[in-house]
Amino acid sequence: MDFYFGLAQIIGVHTLLGLSAYIVLLTGQVSMAQAGFFAVGAYAAGMLTVLAGWAILPALAASSLLGAAVACAVGFPALRVKGLMLVIATLAFGEAVRLFFFNFDYQVARGGVKLGPLGGEGFRQIRYFPENGWTTMQVMLFIWIFVVLVMAILWWLDRSRYGAVLRAVGEDELAAQSVGINLTAVKVSAMTIGGAIAGLGGGIYAHYTTHIEHASFGILLATFALAYPILGGLGSVFGTVVAAIFVQGFLVEGLRFLGDWRNLLFGALIVLAMNLRPKGFLDAPTLRWIRRVFGGKRGAA
Amino acid sequence: MALLELKSVSRHFGGVRAVDGLDLVIEPGQIFGLIGPNGSGKSTTVNLITGLFPLTSGSIVFQNEDLEKLPTHLRLQTGIARTFQNIRLFGQLTAWQNLWVAQNSPADWAKRGFFSRWLGGQSGVREEISQLLEFSGLAHRQDELAANLAFGEQRRLELARALATRPKLILLDEPAAGMNTEEIGQLRERILKIRAQGTTVLLVEHVMELVMGVTDRIAVLNFGQKIAEGTPVEVQADAAVRKAYLGGGE
Ligand SMILES: Nc1ncnc2c1ncn2[C@@H]1O[C@H](COP(=O)(O)OP(=O)(O)O)[C@@H](O)[C@H]1O
Ligand SMILES: [Mg+2]
Repeated sequence: MDFYFGLAQIIGVHTLLGLSAYIVLLTGQVSMAQAGFFAVGAYAAGMLTVLAGWAILPALAASSLLGAAVACAVGFPALRVKGLMLVIATLAFGEAVRLFFFNFDYQVARGGVKLGPLGGEGFRQIRYFPENGWTTMQVMLFIWIFVVLVMAILWWLDRSRYGAVLRAVGEDELAAQSVGINLTAVKVSAMTIGGAIAGLGGGIYAHYTTHIEHASFGILLATFALAYPILGGLGSVFGTVVAAIFVQGFLVEGLRFLGDWRNLLFGALIVLAMNLRPKGFLDAPTLRWIRRVFGGKRGAA
Repeated sequence: MALLELKSVSRHFGGVRAVDGLDLVIEPGQIFGLIGPNGSGKSTTVNLITGLFPLTSGSIVFQNEDLEKLPTHLRLQTGIARTFQNIRLFGQLTAWQNLWVAQNSPADWAKRGFFSRWLGGQSGVREEISQLLEFSGLAHRQDELAANLAFGEQRRLELARALATRPKLILLDEPAAGMNTEEIGQLRERILKIRAQGTTVLLVEHVMELVMGVTDRIAVLNFGQKIAEGTPVEVQADAAVRKAYLGGGE
């Protein structure tokens, strides 16, 4: 059973990562920086519980805030560039963060052992959960409480005027400006919210794996972050969670016997999905259909 | 006192003088026509007034305020709205939402307060959106995605979206393009109603029956320069205008 709980943990954290990219994608920005915010959150939360002795909840709040602050700072200069240039700029940021942690040593002696990040060796012994006697199931439930919470908030935001404004900017920046929408405020705020979600996800990730290292926060993770909302579709937050379950549960775990060939399959799948369903698994017509079948509610689109 | 004044405004694209030393004065309450052959700089003039790109030289003054430093979204908040020659709606938003996201005037902001300005705020604005949809003959289409509307409906929605920003001056870039005679008649009624509500109109148009029938004053552009200005009757009688339209070709 623990195997499935562990899998659910991975899926939960990856859903958070995907949701952090989802809100940025709504504004039409393709950001490869989400893995960087995730890394910042992971190291920050780990250091707070291990070195500063904080409890998990305040540590996660801090990692989330830090993720938001970094994303906001990245957002201002990065969002002045568009399209491919933005992809490259955010990719460069993500790699810079990774290299920073590759070189980051901050060890403190705790009860005879040295703890804390140690460059390329990574940051071991983030043992808040085992030390406090949490079972795998409890950790899994803890993670999914956050996933559901974040999904609920984003779902509500999506239906608010702010959500409509995000989508308006994503569709046509020129028209959005022309009806008085401040592009910088909208894009930077979306980036900041995305950074908060990624920082939270990273903080959780650090604690359930107990061992983080720079290599986990590379381009592959940044690609995953984008792949979930793109595969799942931008119609609603549910697409992202469906895609995370599919990719992590089926592709990565279910096909483990294929070894590294899975990555090839992953690439092929994205190409295939983008051709077959350019708007994602759960595109607007599919969502309307689901609503009609299960909701009976008028399809307000 | 003039509402909008262009003082020897120029905009060059490389070697092309899209707008070349243009002077224009629009008084409050006017319906001002801007006509001229294709490529004469009409759309560029509209783009310059809304700040899509900077002037090469000259200045634009709106309500005694020099617009040069103001980015597009702040120009809107001073009261300048527009429609596009090629319709630019938010296709994946509903008709209703297209108007919702456009409510960025200071009056709407004050009404809603910070949180509801961004987040909820449907209650205070519902009525105005309904009125605008009614005004545009789109009330029955409010939940339709803008992309799924018919061409004429899209044009009406874009006009309604501009009105949702509560403009003092509205710039209409060829609003009658592609419309049939009946639709043009309805558009004419709408433009007159917009003016009656106190909004000044700059009408860029090719359709002469509309421009001549509805405007108070007309300026004629050719190769980025103003070649004539006056009442519709004066402009129609102008020799240079006849030459630009008949000789210059479309
Ligand atoms: N963004 C631009 N870049 C380069 N040239 C442009 C641009 N916008 C307009 N022009 C040129 O400026 C001239 C005037 O165009 P425009 O203002 O669209 O004319 P009109 O609206 O009167 O038909 C044309 O020669 C056009 O090719
Ligand atoms: Mg034009």
